[in-house]
Amino acid sequence: MTTLLAAKKMIELTVDGQAVRVFEGSTILDACRQLGIETPTLCYGDTLTPVNVCRVCVVELEGARTLVPSCSRRAEAGMVVHTDSERVRTSRRLVLELLGSSVDLSTAPEALAYIDEYDAKPDRFGPDAARVAHEVKIDNDLYVRDYSKCILCYRCVEACGVDHQNTFAIAVAGRGFDAHISTELDVTLPESACVYCGNCIAVCPTGALMSKREYDMRQDGTWDESQQGVVTTVCAYCGVGCNLELHVQEGEIVNVTSPDDHDVTSGNLCVKGRFGYRFVETR
Amino acid sequence: MADLKLLDAPPSDAERVAIDAVLGAPPEENGHRTARADRASRHLLLPALRAAQRRVGWVSEGALGYASRRLSVPPAEAYGVASFYALLALEERPADVTHVCTDLSCALQGATVGLGEHSSPCLGLCERAPAKYRTVAGEAPFEEQLPAESPPLPQREGLRLLRRIADGVDPTSLDAYVAAGGFEALARARELGPDAVIAEVTESKLLGRGGAAFPTGTKWRAVRDQSEQTRYVVCNADESEPGTFKDRVLMESDPFALVEALTIAGFATGAQKGFVYIRAEYPLAHERVQRAIDATAAYRNGFEIELRVGAGAYVCGEETALFQSIEGKRGEPRNKPPFPVEVGLFGKPTAVNNVETLFNVLEVMRGDYSETRLFCVSGNVERPGLYELPLGVPLRALLDQAGAPSIKAVLLGGAAGAFVSPDMLDIELTHEATRAAGLTLGSGVVMVFDENADLIGALLRIAEFFRDESCGQCVPCRVGTVRQEEALKRLASGRRHDDELATLGELAQVMRDASICGLGQTAANAVESAIANLGVFA
Repeated sequence: MTTLLAAKKMIELTVDGQAVRVFEGSTILDACRQLGIETPTLCYGDTLTPVNVCRVCVVELEGARTLVPSCSRRAEAGMVVHTDSERVRTSRRLVLELLGSSVDLSTAPEALAYIDEYDAKPDRFGPDAARVAHEVKIDNDLYVRDYSKCILCYRCVEACGVDHQNTFAIAVAGRGFDAHISTELDVTLPESACVYCGNCIAVCPTGALMSKREYDMRQDGTWDESQQGVVTTVCAYCGVGCNLELHVQEGEIVNVTSPDDHDVTSGNLCVKGRFGYRFVETR
Repeated sequence: MADLKLLDAPPSDAERVAIDAVLGAPPEENGHRTARADRASRHLLLPALRAAQRRVGWVSEGALGYASRRLSVPPAEAYGVASFYALLALEERPADVTHVCTDLSCALQGATVGLGEHSSPCLGLCERAPAKYRTVAGEAPFEEQLPAESPPLPQREGLRLLRRIADGVDPTSLDAYVAAGGFEALARARELGPDAVIAEVTESKLLGRGGAAFPTGTKWRAVRDQSEQTRYVVCNADESEPGTFKDRVLMESDPFALVEALTIAGFATGAQKGFVYIRAEYPLAHERVQRAIDATAAYRNGFEIELRVGAGAYVCGEETALFQSIEGKRGEPRNKPPFPVEVGLFGKPTAVNNVETLFNVLEVMRGDYSETRLFCVSGNVERPGLYELPLGVPLRALLDQAGAPSIKAVLLGGAAGAFVSPDMLDIELTHEATRAAGLTLGSGVVMVFDENADLIGALLRIAEFFRDESCGQCVPCRVGTVRQEEALKRLASGRRHDDELATLGELAQVMRDASICGLGQTAANAVESAIANLGVFA
């Protein structure tokens, strides 16, 4: 490991007037994080290939004609980057307004926090602004898809595809404002290639994908994250050794996740680890 | 077969035969090794889907499933690709379909969509507007452009790029092309060697004619200098900028020249293969270019050229979206860097050149290059058509040549270009002069709107165009183009919000600043220029 690290070149760039040294191959976002500069991201996932489509992480790079996405733009020696210029703030704010005016963000805590932080006013486009409208899809016992909450971050497609699961049950279909996540010909999940690993739920930043349990409890008004504790354990189904985080509310498991930074799972689980917890409640 | 979950519906015999004609007969045994080989053929997905639709008129579940099985493409991805292209139908429809152009030039000539006809963005037939494009599926499928007759060039003098067309050299005859001096440029290039060719192109200061005006020599040098030996050249003939038809005229009427020039590009950059990507709506160009490719193997010394045909997506004219399309994926532009000269088609170094740019290369190789530009003149003019002018001629002179007695506005550079007011007509048609005035030559569009023209209607059509053609990948463009159209509709109907113009300005700034590709970055140009130069909505 040490030799590998030593072989990596360091490069120096300037972000918001501060010099920072990062490994070659790092992104501008890595440099920002190293400096503790808060940078909003929505489509970016720590365990996923950056697709740089949400454009909330844009920064101003001196010499570049347009703003650049910090999540995917590689840092280069001598770059001079501004993350808090008027131009950057305007762009981030308007992008959040475009999202907020077209998508239901009510279960997207990160996006809502950014909207607050950037003083975005999604209602500026008036009451007739077109919105993404889809019927809630409940076609199986394990999860619910509400694409009117989808910001098209591509994270679920990546998790279902080569980044994690290699199942390829979903892809982006349609074009422009009508683009949406879909199975082939919009068939139901049981008819599709889906294996119910739920890794799409794990990466969804807006609650467009949600376990049936969470969905039902939210419908009943009983879902209360403030009352939930997390118990860390190891999945007992097989020998892989996936870390499980059991989210417990009033003595019942209501959700199961795995930490992104876990060596074995990178946040992923299989259908048993993520959904096969009801036996615990059998007394 | 790989462990893909496939669609259940089988293809009809006709669909199977049509798809097999593109992919070859299916192998007897379909083990994992074959699946890997199938996956390597994913780039044939769009040709396979097109073949199925040409046979039965639409892409059925059976055809989609069969194409995904043959190519080992997950059905969800194949559906994502099929649903991306406007001309692919995923619901059954009649075999005979007419697409009526309702875009700017055709609207000026009173285009109307009849019962059962489909409205279409610009079909690139602006000099004979109003225009239609008809597709007929069946055992002997065909497509046609209407009106079918191509009018003669409106200009006879001072032509360089259009010389052979004006001289009436038979575009279907290799002998005629050779007799007109064809393949002399390629012979000279081979004498010079790749480096000297690139040096001459660089010295000529030839700039790309697709709209971005990048120096061609610099692009070729960058590809030549890559250590990766597998390289491609691609001719971008996906000409879809509303009001643009120059590349179509060149391909239809002088196709051998395109093949010769692309072969020179391949020779100079060290590429083994070239692709010509032509938009679907140009069937005569497909036929002529394919024939020219087939007839010229002896001149190409093993350099392979393959014709690819789009399926209705303006964004595929963006070079990285074009790669995605050839590779059998959704035409979503890639983020740059890395640039195509390093990571292009199939991840390999690639030089992408527009048709007109390649025609200029022939002139450079002939040794007496002097810069001219093609202008696609349409709208309210007496003599619409393709004009070729030396650089620096004032816009007014071109308009005089074309006959424009009444001018309310001129759209320069296409929907991604800008509106010019009547008091700006003395501007010289150069990159420098247009850029200084906040304009662009773009793809050479010069569209005239006379005193009776509906400018607001034109702006709404432009906004609709970008909203329709946005690939939907990035937020500023996907939602921004919708909000722009909504704001324009409110302005047009007098129901404006208080700060409507400020909102439009901010949308323009952010679409330009934060969109991934040129489509979103230019989607507000025409609207902004109409507000600034023409005083609309004042």
